[in-house]
Amino acid sequence: MSIGHTLLGLLESGPRHGYDLKRAFDEKFGHDRPLHYGQVYSTMSRLLKNGLVEVDGIEAGGGPERKRYAITDAGITDVEHWLATPEKPAEYLQSTLYTKVVLALLTHRDAGDILDSQRSEHLRSMRILTDRKRHGDLADQLICDHALFHLEADLRWLELTAARLDKLRAVVAK
Amino acid sequence: MNAPAGSLLTAEGLRKAYGPTVALDGADFSIHPGEVVAVMGPSGSGKSTLLHCLAGIVPPDAGSIMYAGRELATMNDAERSALRRSEFGFVFQFGQLVPELTCVENVALPLRLNGTSRKEAERTALDWMGRLEVDDLAGKRPGEVSGGQGQRVAVARALVTGPRVLFADEPTGALDSLNGERVMELLTDAARSTNAAVVLVTHEARVAAYSDREIVVRDGKSRDMERAV
Repeated sequence: MSIGHTLLGLLESGPRHGYDLKRAFDEKFGHDRPLHYGQVYSTMSRLLKNGLVEVDGIEAGGGPERKRYAITDAGITDVEHWLATPEKPAEYLQSTLYTKVVLALLTHRDAGDILDSQRSEHLRSMRILTDRKRHGDLADQLICDHALFHLEADLRWLELTAARLDKLRAVVAK
Repeated sequence: MNAPAGSLLTAEGLRKAYGPTVALDGADFSIHPGEVVAVMGPSGSGKSTLLHCLAGIVPPDAGSIMYAGRELATMNDAERSALRRSEFGFVFQFGQLVPELTCVENVALPLRLNGTSRKEAERTALDWMGRLEVDDLAGKRPGEVSGGQGQRVAVARALVTGPRVLFADEPTGALDSLNGERVMELLTDAARSTNAAVVLVTHEARVAAYSDREIVVRDGKSRDMERAV
């Protein structure tokens, strides 16, 4: 996730202090990974340097944490551009699981066992996410669903590979 | 057979063939009261045959099935039918509701078959429909409700007799993600509230994620992943 763009986006509704920004970020996006203060201030100085935000005011007492930031027109354009640019889909072509399955076949170990244990591990994670989703708010549900669909995709691959093990064994043995 | 301590339904060494096709080849299973166990595996692996054997719908060729301390094979047909009517509940993927009856009559049906009066049966049925959030459909016929609503009515019907084991074979197979999830939430909540065991056959991981543990069936053999670890 681009922390810079996210913080910029949060500034569009009005100027905020660094602390407010961190709080708003954690509340909306940082469920599992809250921002460190250091990340907020280093990001804000970069945005400041690039002209995407400006200092709207400094409260008495000074210190960098007292600065109030406002988004500039260039910042708004930057957020707009980021939102409009599709994310590059991850291709997952370097799969550890694939490597493990092939290695197991090469070394005459039980590749089916590896797939079974992996399925079990995936399901364990899916149970935790499903439970969190059941007891969480809509934001929790959306975040967990995103993770669940990805884990489900892995599992579909596991099932398909399990069904193709004999074929794969023959290919690997060549 | 030594059933695991506290187990409600246990099977050991189940074998079943349909002609030359071997559906089960030494499958084991056990479930405790209040537990939700997912039965997973590819199409044709023997999942549904395992469920049918466990529920006493199909007799296995070999192996043993114990329910609440009794061997299913020693029961006669009438005893097994009574067991299925009063102790077991069933939810399938499609078409289980009687189209000519209203939804509340459908849900009340198992109680009526057990001899409960219409008034009492429909009162209990409405209570269960409320728990599955479909009590407002009581007077409608199955053809007049959506797939997701119909499946919730079917779950209410499966639970209306207070079964100790609920057998669910791909219960969300015909539903979209949102409806499927709601059905699973309500089904597992309702089953847990009555301490019923749920045997959940599914090939969908997102559905299996509502279970407490899974067993995997492949080529007619079962593997209990919890006990394998």
